[in-house]
Amino acid sequence: MGRITLEKVQKKFGETEVIPPLDLTIEDGEFVVFVGPSGCGKSTLLRLIAGLEDVSGGDIKIDGTPATDLPPAKRRLAMVFQSYALYPHMTVRKNIAFPLKMAGMDEAEKTRRVERAAEVLNLTNFLDRRPGQLSGGQRQRVAIGRAIVREPAAFLFDEPLSNLDAALRVGMRLEISELHERLKTTMIYVTHDQVEAMTMADKIVVLRAGHIEQVGSPLDLYRTPRNRFVAEFIGSPKMNVIDGEEAAHRDAHAIGIRPEHIDVGEGQWEGRVGVSEHLGSDTLFHVHDTGLADVITVRAPGEVNYKSGDAIRLSPQTDKIHRFDDKGLRIA
Amino acid sequence: MATQHSRAAARFMIAPSVVLLLAWMLIPLGMTIWFSLLRYNLLMPGENPFVGFENYSYFLSDPAFQTAVINTLLLVGGVLLITVCGGIGLAVLLDQPMWGTGIVRIMVISPFFVMPTVSALVWKNMFMNPVNGLFAYVADVLGLPAYDFLTAAPLASIIGIVSWQWLPFATLILLTAMQSLDSEQLEAAEMDGASSWSRFYYIKLPHLARAITVVILIQTIFLLSIFAEIYVTTAGGPGNASINLTYLVFQESLQRYDVGTASAGGVVAIILANIVAIFLMRMIGKNLDA
Ligand SMILES: Nc1ncnc2c1ncn2[C@@H]1O[C@H](COP(=O)(O)OP(=O)(O)OP(=O)(O)O)[C@@H](O)[C@H]1O
Ligand SMILES: [Mg+2]
Repeated sequence: MGRITLEKVQKKFGETEVIPPLDLTIEDGEFVVFVGPSGCGKSTLLRLIAGLEDVSGGDIKIDGTPATDLPPAKRRLAMVFQSYALYPHMTVRKNIAFPLKMAGMDEAEKTRRVERAAEVLNLTNFLDRRPGQLSGGQRQRVAIGRAIVREPAAFLFDEPLSNLDAALRVGMRLEISELHERLKTTMIYVTHDQVEAMTMADKIVVLRAGHIEQVGSPLDLYRTPRNRFVAEFIGSPKMNVIDGEEAAHRDAHAIGIRPEHIDVGEGQWEGRVGVSEHLGSDTLFHVHDTGLADVITVRAPGEVNYKSGDAIRLSPQTDKIHRFDDKGLRIA
Repeated sequence: MATQHSRAAARFMIAPSVVLLLAWMLIPLGMTIWFSLLRYNLLMPGENPFVGFENYSYFLSDPAFQTAVINTLLLVGGVLLITVCGGIGLAVLLDQPMWGTGIVRIMVISPFFVMPTVSALVWKNMFMNPVNGLFAYVADVLGLPAYDFLTAAPLASIIGIVSWQWLPFATLILLTAMQSLDSEQLEAAEMDGASSWSRFYYIKLPHLARAITVVILIQTIFLLSIFAEIYVTTAGGPGNASINLTYLVFQESLQRYDVGTASAGGVVAIILANIVAIFLMRMIGKNLDA
C-alpha cells in the first residue's frame, strides 16, 4: 500500500523558494517519474517525500495518514541513492540485511529475506563480498536489494542509473521495470533523462523550477503537451518549434512539429541538408535555410540518402502540428 | 614508475638519501649498543673495559626498572584510551552544524600548540597545586579538603596532563575523517531505520577505524618517550611512583653519570618499544589495508 499525497508542499532554503506550493497525488502501485532539467528541484521533492528534508509548508500523507512530521524511518519508504550509499565496511549480505537488523527482525526471517532478494537480483554469488569489490551495476543491485527487503510502501529512486554506462543503463532500466511488474509497489523515480521517463513511467511529472508543468502518461505528454516547455522536453530528438509567419498562418503564436512527423521528399517547406545521422532504422537530418527556424530536425524511417548541401523538400503531417499561444500554452 | 628502466633510475636517485638516513640511524644506534657493553661511568675516568652484558643485568635487576615498564605502559594505555574516546566524542560534536564551530575548533586545537614543559608547569602550578591551584580553590568552595594531585596520584595526574595535550591531535585527525564520510550513507542509514546511536556505531565508527588506527600508532610512538611532563611536575617521584623508561634512562645517564647502564637502558627501551609496536600492528594494523 503506498498512496502518497502532497498538499501545498513547499520548500525554501533560506530565502530562496526551491519548491513553490505544489499538489500531487501518487496512486498505489504507480510508477511515477519526475523529470526536468538540472536544478529544477526533483531531488529536493524526493527528499521531502522521504523525510530527509523538512517541508517549509504543506502536508504529506502516506496512505491517508499524515507523514509530514514523521522521521524518515517511520514513513515505510525505501530510497536508492545516486551514489548507491552502500556501507563500505559491510559485506553485501550485511548491507542488504541492515534495515532488517535495525527493525530487530529475527535471524531466520532475516536470512530468508536476504537470500530471496539476492536471488531476485542475481546477487547470490556476491553475498560475501564488500561493495568495493563489485561493479557499478552490481552495486546498484545491492542498493535495490537493501530497499526491497524492507517491503516498503514505496520506493524512491534518485537518478539511480546515471553512474552506469549506456548498455548497462538499458539493462538496469528493464530490470527495474520488471521489478515493478513483480512487486506492484509504488515507485517514484527521478531522472533528467527523458528516455528513461518515457520507457518506465506509468505517470510522468514534468518539473520546471519547482513547478509542475504537466502530469500525465508518457503518451499523453507526447501527444498533447500542455505547453512549449513540455513539448520540447518530452520526445527525442526535440520537437521543432516554428514561429513567425508560418505560425501566424495557422492562427498560433508558435507551432511545434516533431521530427518524426515531417515527411521527406516533397512538400511546401524547402531547405538544405546539413548533418545527417544514420541510425540504420531511421535517418535524422538537420535541415537549414528553411526560413522557418535555424534548423529543422527531421526523422525519416529507414535509410534515406541525402548528402550535405543537397536541397530537400519537407511536408509536416498537418494533424500532428501542435499550436501554442503567446504564453506558450497549447491551443486546443 | 612502471618500466624496468624507470625503476632502476628511481633506485639510483633515492640511494643518497637512503644512505644518509641509514647512517643517521645506524651510527647512533651502533654507538648506543657499543656503549651499553662497556663499563663507562663519567665519575670514574680512565679505562672503559668491555664487560659484556653486565650493564644489562644491572639495569634489568634495578627495582625501578619494573616500575618504569609498568608506568610506561600505563601512561601510554591511559592516554590512548582518554584521547581516542575523547577525540571521537569531540569529533562527533564538532561535526554537527552549529553556531560558532570555527571558534570552538580553534579552541579545541590550541593545547597542541603549547609546548609540553609550559603546559605541564601550568597544570602543576595553576591547577593541581594544593594551595594555590584552581582545583584546590574549587574544593575549598565546596568545603572539601584540597587534594594534592601530584603527590597522591602522580601517575594519574601526568596521564591527565598528557591527555590534555594530545586530545587536540586525536580530535583533529578524527574530525577530518568524520567529515569525509559520505552524507548519503548516513541518510541511507536513517531511511533504513537506524537510530542516531546505531548510525554512530554501525556507520561512523567503522568509517573512523583507519583514522583511529593512525592516531593510536602515532601517539604510541610519542607517548613511549614522554619525558618533559614528568621532569617538570614530579621528577619521577614521589619515590619512583611516576618514572617511565625514558626517565629511568635519564636518571642513569645524567644523574648518575653512568653512560654504560644508560645505554643498556636505551637499548632495552628500543626493544620494548618494538614489542609494543608488533602487538599494535597485530591488533589494529589490518585497519590500514585498503
Ligand atoms: N541544501 C541546500 N541549500 C540551498 N539550496 C539548495 C540545497 N539543496 C538544493 N538546493 C537548490 O535547490 C535547487 C534544486 O536542487 P535539486 O537538487 O532538487 O535539483 P535536481 O532537480 O535534483 O537537479 P539535478 O538533476 O542536477 O540533480 C537547486 O537550485 C539547488 O541549488
Ligand atoms: Mg538531483
